[in-house]
Amino acid sequence: MQKSQFIIEVNHVSKQFGDGKFALNDVSLQVTKGEFVTILGPSGCGKTTLLRCIAGFQVATSGDILLNGSDVTDMPPHQRPVNTVFQKYALFPHLNVFDNVAFGLKLRGVEREEMIRRVRKALKMVSMSDYEYRDVDSLSGGQQQRVAIARAIINEPEVLLLDEPLAALDRKMRADMQMELRDMHRKLGITFIYVTHDQEEALTLSDRIVVMREGKIQQIGTPTDIYNEPQNCFVANFIGESNILDAVMVRDRLVRFCGRDFECIDEGFGEDTEVDVVIRPEDVYIWKADKQGNADQTDFADQADYDPDDRIPKGHFTRFYGEVISSIFKGVHYEMTVKTEDGYEFEVQDYHEFKPGTKVGMLVKPEDIQVMRKERLCNTFAGIYMPQNRVGFLEAEWDVPERMSERFEAGEQVQVEVDFNRVNLQDDEEEGVLAGEVHFILYKGDHYHITIRTDDGDDIFVDTNDIWDVGDRVGIKIAPSYIRLKKKQVKEQQTEQNDDQTVSK
Amino acid sequence: MIRLFQNRRSWAAPYILFLVLLVVLPLVLIAYYAFTDAAGHFTIANFVQFFTKQEAVNTFIYSIAIAVITTLICLLLGYPAAYIMAMRSFSTPQVMAMLFILPMWINFLLRTIATVELFHMFGIPLGEGALLFGMVYDFLPFMIYPIYNTLQKMDVSLLEAAHDLGANRVQTFTKVVFPLSMPGIYSGIVMVFMPTVSTFAISELLTHNKITLFGSLIQRSFGEGGIAMWNYGAALSLIMLIIIGATSFFGQDDTEAEQKGGLL
Repeated sequence: MQKSQFIIEVNHVSKQFGDGKFALNDVSLQVTKGEFVTILGPSGCGKTTLLRCIAGFQVATSGDILLNGSDVTDMPPHQRPVNTVFQKYALFPHLNVFDNVAFGLKLRGVEREEMIRRVRKALKMVSMSDYEYRDVDSLSGGQQQRVAIARAIINEPEVLLLDEPLAALDRKMRADMQMELRDMHRKLGITFIYVTHDQEEALTLSDRIVVMREGKIQQIGTPTDIYNEPQNCFVANFIGESNILDAVMVRDRLVRFCGRDFECIDEGFGEDTEVDVVIRPEDVYIWKADKQGNADQTDFADQADYDPDDRIPKGHFTRFYGEVISSIFKGVHYEMTVKTEDGYEFEVQDYHEFKPGTKVGMLVKPEDIQVMRKERLCNTFAGIYMPQNRVGFLEAEWDVPERMSERFEAGEQVQVEVDFNRVNLQDDEEEGVLAGEVHFILYKGDHYHITIRTDDGDDIFVDTNDIWDVGDRVGIKIAPSYIRLKKKQVKEQQTEQNDDQTVSK
Repeated sequence: MIRLFQNRRSWAAPYILFLVLLVVLPLVLIAYYAFTDAAGHFTIANFVQFFTKQEAVNTFIYSIAIAVITTLICLLLGYPAAYIMAMRSFSTPQVMAMLFILPMWINFLLRTIATVELFHMFGIPLGEGALLFGMVYDFLPFMIYPIYNTLQKMDVSLLEAAHDLGANRVQTFTKVVFPLSMPGIYSGIVMVFMPTVSTFAISELLTHNKITLFGSLIQRSFGEGGIAMWNYGAALSLIMLIIIGATSFFGQDDTEAEQKGGLL
């Protein structure tokens, strides 16, 4: 068979568990030899399932997995040229350190002297040379993890799979092990696939990051790509701190948010298109402003390295103004929240503290404004028009205005649209037409964009100023006049798209 | 804190009383009777009597042999049963466990009598075979349950790790599952061996007293021999106690050795 350029190819792999839920939903991924790839996502996003499919502990429901160009989708784990480092180490408690590490070699009948040599080498690699005959239960978590890594790399696998290997270690230990893993990856030259929920770890270690959410890949890219150019709100929100705002792309290279037009470097969104923008808190320039909005020269005289004129980058950039409402010291920098004149809240990071109450001016350079296409502009559901001015969608019946009866017949399939800010959430789930749970919350500067997952697994998106927590049970109401109905056949394609999105989002 | 501790300690009082009256005291009495004659003078004649009587020693050896064979059969039948129960993800593992435990809901004497009737019904003669059958039937759950427990608690990721490192199913079993289930096997062995070596009711019922086990010997010394035989019976009891004690210690020692990796 022709050798593939990729060591691992995951092609359209889906994994469905007994309850019908998709742990993986059409996942595709290519890994080049020698890469350090991290699969990153919150718990339950399917990252571990993907790793287990590659290791062979789980068989994909559909799709195939190629290792070095040959199909291993149904190959049992012991025949695959991959080894795994398990989250809880999974060391054999009845064997000592040496026998644990030698386990794979013994199975392959490697000669005793060769075996001893290789075990010593592997233990040296993880700095555990003096522990050969120690009982594994007597080792600390970090030491056990080292033994687990030695046990896996001694078999010289083509791919090393690591399932949250540092999750059980304390912070300091984790940082040390991260560096060691990086070095080890460089020395060994084998491909690492690393699963973690820790975005910092992913940014530190990886050549490439695969961000996953609810069984789907959200974005694949280098750490800098993922950080600087997130492709959607989820990625922007999950990785690092971010300000995510509703915006309108006025035309190419010009985007409007916070009531102002900003130059940016993005093109191809069309004119007057609704988009999301992401601005990293450390990319916001901030200065203490005088009445004209220029840098205030009077204050900060005591701070030697604060030069008011240096705070404002040269050039014609759009400035906006606000007042600091909170400031937290984070060790190296201060994390401040600034409320703009238009009522948007901005997270800003700076080495200088601007005390709450300070009037400040801010600007963002065009290259630091990341524009993202909106995943949807309103809620769209497939529905059926019913007698007595009712419409059925999301497995419930909703009242609609009487005049609708002129345009639709009972039993007719319709497309239902509801704006995000027209969905009414009730504390008491009994009060709503439909009950659901707060599934995901995104702060958009001046409001929250909330995903409500109904008990039937459908998603409703809501813009609100009320504060909810993930997991809150809510009742959902929509006033009849805010339910827009459209003829089904006209927008059939978009309805399908929406069905897709309700699974993914 | 101290008061609470003292309170807690006082909760043990009923049990200590129970222990002293019903365990320690009888043991002391057995030892006393074993080393005295009918008149209450110290003697080792009871032991000499046992070891010089060929018939008694034979019965003793035969009893141990029967117990060993029963234990082995229980292990051979019980391990696979426990393994299947623990490894197959039955939708209701409790139900499976219940099926094995269910026979124990019926008093074992009743069960043994029922077994006798079964043998009669099918016209199978009673004897050594019937004895072994009855013993295995009665004590099999004691073997299955501890093994099932250790297997069920075994961390699945250990099996996955073995697979991952290149072990096929058989190798995973011999190199990981079996060594790790040794504690369960030992307690199973002890729990089957101890009652089988001392039983008398099963042999009496299932062989119509044709085969005498060591337990029966003791029982007869007390039951039929009258007060004159008590000292001899006590000596026999003491010998059996030592045997049983030895097996449980043997099990414990080996469990520790096993955990230190002595098996591979």
